[in-house]
Amino acid sequence: MRKKKKSVLLAGVISSALFLAACGGDKQVSSDGKFEILNVSYDPTRELYVEFNQAFAESWKEQTGQDVTFQQSHGGSGKQGRAVIDGLEADVVTLALAYDIDEIAQSRQLLNEDWQTEFEHNSSPYTSTMVFLVRKGNPKGIKDWDDLVRDDVSVITPNPKTSGGARWNYLAAWGYAEKKFNGDEKQTQEFMKQLFGNVEVLDSGARGSTTTFVEREIGDVLIAWENEAYLSINELGVDEFEIITPSLSILAEPPVAIVDKVVDKKGTREVAQAYLEYLYSEEGQEIAAKNYYRPRNEEVLEKYKDQFQSLELITIEDFGGWQEAQKTHFADGGTFDEIYQ
Amino acid sequence: MELTLKKRKRNTIIPGFSLTLGYTMLYLSVIVLLPLSMVFFNTLSLSWSELWETIAHPRAVASYKLSFGTALAAGLINVVFGTIIAWVLVRYQFPGKRIVDGLVDLPFALPTAVAGIALATLYSPNGWIGQFFDFKIAFTPIGIVIALIFIGLPFVVRTVQPVLQNLSREIEEASASLGATRLQTFTKVIFPELLPAIITGFSLAFARSLGEYGSVVFIAGNMPMKTEITPLIIMTKLEQYDYVGATAIATVMLVTSFALLLLINIIQWYTNRKFNVQ
Amino acid sequence: MTKPLEVKQESSISIRSGATKSYALQESAFVKWSLITISLVFLSLFLILPLVSIFVTALEKGWATYVASITNPDALAAIKLTLTVVLIVVPLNAIFGIVAAWAITKFSFKGKNVLITLIDLPFAVSPVIAGLVFILLFGAQGVFGDWLFQNDIKIVFALPGIVIATMFVTFPFVARELIPLMQMQGITEEEASISLGASGWKTFFLVTLPNIKWGLLYGLILCNARTIGEFGAVSVVSGHIRGMTNTMPLHIEILYNEYQFTSAFAVASLMSILAIITIIIKNIIEWKVKDV
Repeated sequence: MRKKKKSVLLAGVISSALFLAACGGDKQVSSDGKFEILNVSYDPTRELYVEFNQAFAESWKEQTGQDVTFQQSHGGSGKQGRAVIDGLEADVVTLALAYDIDEIAQSRQLLNEDWQTEFEHNSSPYTSTMVFLVRKGNPKGIKDWDDLVRDDVSVITPNPKTSGGARWNYLAAWGYAEKKFNGDEKQTQEFMKQLFGNVEVLDSGARGSTTTFVEREIGDVLIAWENEAYLSINELGVDEFEIITPSLSILAEPPVAIVDKVVDKKGTREVAQAYLEYLYSEEGQEIAAKNYYRPRNEEVLEKYKDQFQSLELITIEDFGGWQEAQKTHFADGGTFDEIYQ
Repeated sequence: MELTLKKRKRNTIIPGFSLTLGYTMLYLSVIVLLPLSMVFFNTLSLSWSELWETIAHPRAVASYKLSFGTALAAGLINVVFGTIIAWVLVRYQFPGKRIVDGLVDLPFALPTAVAGIALATLYSPNGWIGQFFDFKIAFTPIGIVIALIFIGLPFVVRTVQPVLQNLSREIEEASASLGATRLQTFTKVIFPELLPAIITGFSLAFARSLGEYGSVVFIAGNMPMKTEITPLIIMTKLEQYDYVGATAIATVMLVTSFALLLLINIIQWYTNRKFNVQ
Repeated sequence: MTKPLEVKQESSISIRSGATKSYALQESAFVKWSLITISLVFLSLFLILPLVSIFVTALEKGWATYVASITNPDALAAIKLTLTVVLIVVPLNAIFGIVAAWAITKFSFKGKNVLITLIDLPFAVSPVIAGLVFILLFGAQGVFGDWLFQNDIKIVFALPGIVIATMFVTFPFVARELIPLMQMQGITEEEASISLGASGWKTFFLVTLPNIKWGLLYGLILCNARTIGEFGAVSVVSGHIRGMTNTMPLHIEILYNEYQFTSAFAVASLMSILAIITIIIKNIIEWKVKDV
């Protein structure tokens, strides 16, 4: 009797011990002057930050003699924003849209609501735009957004509900249609309906769409981040795809921010601040440009002007900012939902 | 055995009842019940009309239909082929049988995401298998069914197999000696014995398929109203920071799953009782 | 669920005497071979070809790339994390499984069916929901969020979150394996042991454990396989920090998203090999059981 009791107690003790052991094993920060920065970012910035983190670590070491190491987390922008809200202790967030950082600011006050004024250029050290990736030789003759609503064209884009990039895609198309129909909302909506009627696969993230287009060979045109389009050409087949820049697109501003509450708790504010500022430095801008992000720095932009075709760009302000755009277009019952009613 | 157990009630001399049951309840509560109750608590913050609006939204309804339809289709296909496979594995000898037998468990062990990627590669229009078909398989409901067949197959095979193995040959011999053809023996004698196991296997596969996410997203195409499964709706709501909406849909799924499992256990209880009466 | 261990008692499957052949006891050769063919074709389409495609893609760029993908530091970190999770989750669920099976099968009480249904529940809960509930519980906005933050305890987006989500998903495996087995074995042997003066502890180790050891091992193997492979639930609570909170399935997803298809499939093939080893061990156990 007794012994059985003991054994069960023992089992309980072992269980809790094992579990506590699991809880305990969490090492964090600067016990020995070493900084560990967690940068929570979105999918297409992997290559950019691998290079940038190394450059910054070297420059920081030179300046201060301190070692700084980086942890990277990548995923869909919305998913990443949610992880930070739910407790992923990011020192800095570098996401696809300001809306996701707004959410972090509003729901848990992890940073000030006017975070976007902290750094220059709306806290967006690099920009991009939305372009078309088509198969080599452009067999369907796709030139502009109009061609995407043709009956014989099949389009690949991610789902704006789950992908930040897809929201930029959607707004770019909307902006084009709005201009074309002189602001007639009915016709614009009809245009969007036709466009998404041509969408064959609606992946949940930008990378998923690229895979569908490139590996599965589905669709005639992929609407993608300019940097992603370049990257897929380089990584997946120089001779297989072409980039088509439409007449009008949107200035996509992926913003960066310091998560105040986390850096204050971890004591990493200084290095986090320097890290994000370094994105604006010439070297940072150069790295961004090399990874096909459009740099803010005019000189660097001039140097790389061959790879960035100029085009008419609308901005998120034309939609009244992200909060407004989200409400009108992407929230439940918004214009995107109407397409599928 | 059941009967002796029941007669004895708590008069057993075996020790440890309160402790083992207590530990079981505690562990169950901490790991399963408490976490799952969160889904209901979060849903409670909605008013009835809001709740109804969320769970009866056309896109959500379309996703239930899709999830149920594909899980049902995959379940039925698995019932037919799973039973055949179980039969072949129990009754016949052929080269490589042991390997085949082992492979049936593969879907249990292989990560669902890997399965999804591999299946999407095979069944996409330019894949090894997809290229032979004029119509699209991956990125349509057919693709979802294929992923769910993969996920659910071992449930059916592994529930039917042991029953088939334990089936006594005497009743078959009796049936045959009374002049029944093989087909008659199968449909009238063997099949009724297998039916409870088949239903259990089907329900387990079905319940598992309803909630499957990892393998399906890679092959589904995820088009709203057409190929958007219910777990993806939950994910989509989460990405939009709509926790309450996500838990509302999750509640619908949870209640369904629980009802299904209860049904399985009732079937098992019923068949056990039938067995005991005999 | 899977109860191949109940198999042993009937031996009538084996060889039958010549006399019975006159009855319609066997299908015609045509039926037999069609059924075998159907099974093999079905399994090829849905199980074998996906497996083959994983290995073919993994080895597409040669052996060196394959080895490099597996020995990459992030891959190694993912493997290490996965093994850590296994080492914590499997013993915990095994202890639970034994204790729960003991309570359920050695005693009679009301509500047993409901209890068994509740133990089954994680089988039928979508992995997405399984991850979500722990966010609702331990996330920063969750029930214990503030308390955890103040005491600087990290559960979600760290090892404990991954462990507990995996525990939830693999919760029923051992218990479900043992319950039918112990039910079948009844309680007479234990009662005999106890009435002869053995302690409960001794009875368990000398009487019960030898009877259930193969079933237990089988449950452990299934639990282990599912622990290694769990994707959906872990993906929700992991945080995807490279080299830190990425398990093997998550690492595969990341590689896949980085267009490193060959590496992704290389790690996937490693997991398939693990799965196959699991299956081989399981089969050896089954043969042993049949031999006993």
